[in-house]
Amino acid sequence: MDLRSSDPLVVAGPRSEDALPETAAAAVKIVIVGGFGVGKTTLVRSVSEIRPLTTEETMTQAGVGVDDTAGVERKTATTVAMDFGRISINRELVLYLFGTPGQQRFWFLWNGLFEGALGAVVLVDTRRLEVSFDVIGRLEERGVPFVVAINTFPEAPPHPVEELRAALDLPEHVPIVHCDARKRDSSRDVLLTLMRYLHSLALSTEAS
Amino acid sequence: MSESGQGWEEGSPERLYVITGGRSGGSETSTLDLVTLVRARTGPPPGMPPEQAAIVRLCSSPLSVAEISAYLNLPVSVVTVLLTDLLAEKRVEARSPIPPANLPDVALIEAVMHGLEKL
Repeated sequence: MDLRSSDPLVVAGPRSEDALPETAAAAVKIVIVGGFGVGKTTLVRSVSEIRPLTTEETMTQAGVGVDDTAGVERKTATTVAMDFGRISINRELVLYLFGTPGQQRFWFLWNGLFEGALGAVVLVDTRRLEVSFDVIGRLEERGVPFVVAINTFPEAPPHPVEELRAALDLPEHVPIVHCDARKRDSSRDVLLTLMRYLHSLALSTEAS
Repeated sequence: MSESGQGWEEGSPERLYVITGGRSGGSETSTLDLVTLVRARTGPPPGMPPEQAAIVRLCSSPLSVAEISAYLNLPVSVVTVLLTDLLAEKRVEARSPIPPANLPDVALIEAVMHGLEKL
């Protein structure tokens, strides 16, 4: 990835087929949030029109608390990476998808991320529900509309949706869907579930 | 990876401090979002600092702040500071994201839905 030389700065930009058209005038974003290894980047990759890119941000506070990333990922303590992808909705409008870790010590990333976001997808691995509790609570606190997508891992025990709703203490109106983040159609359907949910929320707000 | 031959590490605080002239991105930069689309108005003039010149070249077609950060391998906070200068100097223009609201409007949501249905 590192293609820098000293002067001038040589930067590998987007491939010409990845360049946005001149007509691209506005962009919106959806945030995919979940624990390490749950499949955020996989989901982004399956629907993105570009190879997922990574942006890094420096932590402003030391990570404290129990480190549950052991064996999953080893990063320097000061930098957090966010993977993201892009979908051109039409000639003018571009949708960006950002994957962000759900653990509490990464919430400092959320400020710029959720501001102006359409909504969020909470990607859940049924083998590690505990990360999702905190995330869902935090999204509710911030007033970010979200749907829950259960990424289906072959080795994970099957859970009926209503059992998971109870386990996650989710209100009746919040959609829960199963998905296979490796599949483009399935990942797209997760995004559509979120958009249809936002649509119903917007219509009910307009009506009131 | 080409750490060798460089006087400092790519992401070291010292390097980032020098690039931004010691600024960290305060309130004046708040109009730039991760998905603000940036487009160059002109090519980079001679003598422009390398990071700024790289941004101007990258933005020969519209590019989001997040993408600029990814391609430059610089934190968003640093890119934001650089972009604020480039905006002030009218080297680039920013196409603002949809104004944040509690809930986005129905037409926008429908546009995104239709776009996704066509995937």
